[in-house]
Amino acid sequence: MTVLLETHGLSKNFGGLKAVSDVNFRVEKGEVRAVIGPNGAGKTTFVSLISGRIAPSAGTILFEGADVTALPAFRRVQKGIAYTFQITSIYANLSVAENVALAAHRPGGTASLEPLERVGLADRASQVAGTLAYGHQRLLEVAMGLALKPKLLILDEPTQGLSDAEIDNFIGLVRGVAQDATVLLIEHNMPLVMELAHRITVLDRGAILAEGTPEDIRANPAVQAAYLGTG
Amino acid sequence: MTARIVMLHGAVILALFLLQFVASDYAVLTITRIMVLAIYALGYNILFGYAGLLSLGHAMFFATGLYAAALGVTRLGMAVPEAFLFALACGVIVSFVIGLIALRANGVAFMIVTLMFSQAAFLTVLYFGDITRGDEGIVIKDSERAFSAFGTAVNLADPVLRYNIALAFLAVAIALCLVVVRSKIGHVLVAIRENENRTAMLGYDVKLYKLIAFVLSGAFAAFSGAVYALLFAYAGATLASIQYSINPLLWTLLGGAATVLGPVLGTALMFLLVDFASGFTSASLLFVGMVLILLVLFFPKGILGTLRQRWWRWLP
Ligand SMILES: Nc1ncnc2c1ncn2[C@@H]1O[C@H](COP(=O)(O)OP(=O)(O)OP(=O)(O)O)[C@@H](O)[C@H]1O
Ligand SMILES: [Mg+2]
Repeated sequence: MTVLLETHGLSKNFGGLKAVSDVNFRVEKGEVRAVIGPNGAGKTTFVSLISGRIAPSAGTILFEGADVTALPAFRRVQKGIAYTFQITSIYANLSVAENVALAAHRPGGTASLEPLERVGLADRASQVAGTLAYGHQRLLEVAMGLALKPKLLILDEPTQGLSDAEIDNFIGLVRGVAQDATVLLIEHNMPLVMELAHRITVLDRGAILAEGTPEDIRANPAVQAAYLGTG
Repeated sequence: MTARIVMLHGAVILALFLLQFVASDYAVLTITRIMVLAIYALGYNILFGYAGLLSLGHAMFFATGLYAAALGVTRLGMAVPEAFLFALACGVIVSFVIGLIALRANGVAFMIVTLMFSQAAFLTVLYFGDITRGDEGIVIKDSERAFSAFGTAVNLADPVLRYNIALAFLAVAIALCLVVVRSKIGHVLVAIRENENRTAMLGYDVKLYKLIAFVLSGAFAAFSGAVYALLFAYAGATLASIQYSINPLLWTLLGGAATVLGPVLGTALMFLLVDFASGFTSASLLFVGMVLILLVLFFPKGILGTLRQRWWRWLP
């Protein structure tokens, strides 16, 4: 197994608040890794550091063995780190097809619609993206991530606002993606996490509380106390 | 490029060509001016309409071309074609340097930074009054802008020739704009306008694309300035004032931002409006202002922008 992504002593302070503190983390190639934790645990901040949307206060990030800490976000995307926003960020005034075409770096109408087919939005390709239902906008966001053909796909709460049927479809989708990419999945939906993740990392107050297989995590008393609320 | 688009833009250029055979001497002069300034607006629209960056300082690039060309032929002994190239090069260099600095700012800060730079440029023109001749301006002698092309002497004082030179440059400018906005660059600029963060997170070098738009618009402005100076034999400080930074913005808004022909139509309409209004009132700007307000109310996206939204979805 080769390591795809590693962080060493990764920290981010917002004023006095340690949103992410001293996180040592590694993800193997081909893995589906879930990152869970209570609201405000620092999950979004953590993956924002990885994607380069925000700069760390301390620590380093290695991607495929190379130090990417100083690279601007767009260069990391070019290297294969794709990020889907927790707060939907699409081109609301452009067509669904053009959204995906921009992600595929073929804007202007010649891009493949395959990413849209994978999320089930192919029949809405010509619709203006901002007129999609909220759940469909989330799926478009995921389709844009797919169109980037990333090595590491970071999904920040992708199923928020999806119907049960759409979530079922989503599970199949992530399995498909995991065939040729590594997935870092932030989720609150525990059954989905337990079903999809090879390993789970639990963040609490900016630090790693536990890490292991879904069975390990389910059985971990500290996790139960802090997060699952059943301790 | 679809046939429809080529035909529409070709038809506009053909119509302008035919217009010279029916227009009065006065109209020929006015349309020449409109066509020269429309080049300025076309470039401005790449930055403002497509990339969504509102500059309040493009008069500095217009003036760069204006003075580079005027000083080129009057002081540096350049022939007219050299002066065009010299002005274009100056425009590219100046807008590149200013762009590197100004594009560090966003939104309102960007507007203010460009405005400040432009005011500084305006004051510089006045300060070096012994070279630029300030408000009075440089008047280019006919002998200084006489040159020969393909073995025939060219006389830029000839109104019909001037008209056709302006038309040729405008045609090239329109074609260039069409190519740019339909290229990958044009689509990425629209993406930046629509959602800058998302665009960066799709792996686009947003700063680079903005700089490209800025330099393109600066180059168009400088070239327009150079054509203005050489065709009308004049370069004065008013043409570097804030008024000339606001003008391309108004022309673009009026005709339709982010449509290729919008700025051309807007420039023409504004000239016609001012002309029409000054025929019956001394408060012509008040009249123009009211027309603009009505237009914003009924055509919020400018004339062509609104037409595209309602009917002509294919309009680039
Ligand atoms: N830009 C910011 N400035 C200041 N504080 C911030 C900023 N972004 C996040 N925080 C704070 O950092 C902490 C971690 O936030 P973060 O969004 O990373 O949590 P999260 O685990 O993603 O939560 P959720 O499950 O609600 O999405 C929170 O206390 C939040 O208020
Ligand atoms: Mg979050």
